[in-house]
Amino acid sequence: MIAVLALVAGIVLGIVFHPTVPAPLLPYLPIAVVAALDAVFGGVRAKLDGIFDDKQFVVSFISNVLVAALIVYLGDQLGVGGQLSTGVVVVLGVRIFGNVAAIRRHLFRA
Amino acid sequence: MNNDDEQNPDFPTAGRRPPHAEKPEESTPGAADNRTSDAAEKPRVQSMPRTDEATAPSARPPAPPADDEATARLSGLSPGTGAGPGPDDEVTARLSGLSGAPSPERPVGEVTTRLDGPVGEGPTAPLARPARDPDGPTRRISVSPDPVTPEKKDAASTAAEAGSASTTDAGTGAEDVPEEEAQAEAAPQPAESAKRRFSSAGALICFLLALFGFTLVVQLRSNDGDQGLATMRQEDLVRILSDLDSSDSRLQSQISALEASQRQLSSGVAGRQAALAEAEKRADELGLLAGTLPGRGPGLVITVDRVKASAILNAVQELRGAGGEVLQLGGSNGQAVRVVASSYFVDAEGGGILADGVKLSAPYVLSVIGSPQTMQTALQIPGGVVASVNSGGGSVTMEQRATVEVTAVRKATTLQYARPAS
Repeated sequence: MIAVLALVAGIVLGIVFHPTVPAPLLPYLPIAVVAALDAVFGGVRAKLDGIFDDKQFVVSFISNVLVAALIVYLGDQLGVGGQLSTGVVVVLGVRIFGNVAAIRRHLFRA
Repeated sequence: MNNDDEQNPDFPTAGRRPPHAEKPEESTPGAADNRTSDAAEKPRVQSMPRTDEATAPSARPPAPPADDEATARLSGLSPGTGAGPGPDDEVTARLSGLSGAPSPERPVGEVTTRLDGPVGEGPTAPLARPARDPDGPTRRISVSPDPVTPEKKDAASTAAEAGSASTTDAGTGAEDVPEEEAQAEAAPQPAESAKRRFSSAGALICFLLALFGFTLVVQLRSNDGDQGLATMRQEDLVRILSDLDSSDSRLQSQISALEASQRQLSSGVAGRQAALAEAEKRADELGLLAGTLPGRGPGLVITVDRVKASAILNAVQELRGAGGEVLQLGGSNGQAVRVVASSYFVDAEGGGILADGVKLSAPYVLSVIGSPQTMQTALQIPGGVVASVNSGGGSVTMEQRATVEVTAVRKATTLQYARPAS
């Protein structure tokens, strides 16, 4: 419950303050957001499975975001940033789909 | 708070997996809240009680009632976390290494005891089931905070020691109670530490989620706000720049080509205008010479009286020779004739002359545009026009004027045969 409230609070803060993203972070923010989305869905699924672990969630959240941003950064350095970010998005998208499917099975039994 | 969060998802899962749970455990529906992973560990668990029975086969029958009593008693104690199951279960829990779920193993042990045990076991199973149901919630509460697990393990091992010693006597239940109550008292302590840990981990989770929502919104807004170049990659920007450069050079070449053609056209216009002006000037000159245009300029006005047409013709020729450009012959009857190359003068019947078919009466006025001094000199030379007219009884008066108006014009004649050679 608190987690949902925190999420809502973050969204409200973002809407209220509406900061501008610093230019160096611009390519990495969307990837980091997608990675965080994956971690959040994984956490929800784990909670529904009853195997939710605080530490694991925090670590997976942070490492997901960092690794995704790192991959995109490496891709930018190698000159294949666009392709690598596409690949990262695809992989994370597949994971998100899997997690959402598990959540759906929990919630709707289908 | 955390306990509640963890409990809620567990309730549905317990009810929602009947196919998984019922397959391995055919005789105990109370174990429906098993996890799939527990099914895999069942063989290990099943082997356990057999050894237990090997050590104490005679004491087996009284044990289950004691267990049930203990669990039933414990079911009243909601915080009695790891203590729910009896000694048998604690043994199995310790051996299976599964800390979080002691209750699933419980039915297994029961199954084996029921299979091996005497006939009187029948009613215990139904008794055990109601005890199991409240057991579920206690397990859930105990599972939620992770730090409880070591405590529970310790409790399980100690209880197992006590249980292994007490399995032989029937008074196990009596011995178990203080143990479990001690555990029940010990349980709140780890729960509080769990709460403390929850506060740090939960705060971290909350922070991360808030950060996530924040960045999500920021990203959405920034993506929404400027579709422009700010969010684009460097290579894309370079590509766009080169595109713009090439299009710029293309447009520049277009501009220069268009400017050149404009220059050409304007120069053509200028040439045409010059040609037109030239042609107009030439047309004016020719019109003056051909007598189709009225003229004006310095010249002489000559009045001649009592002369014949031949004298007029001599005068005209003399004037032309002296540079007279435009000539006009007027009579006193108001008629005037422009003198051109094809003009002729004939003496008319009954006085006067006929010039180009127009009858003029004396005195005649000859208006000439040209150099007045030269023409006057040319007319006054000895034996010239003036001398011959005077000797013939006529009179000539000449007047130099700065402006002589020649108003008489002729119609332009269209040439019938002659064409320009070029």
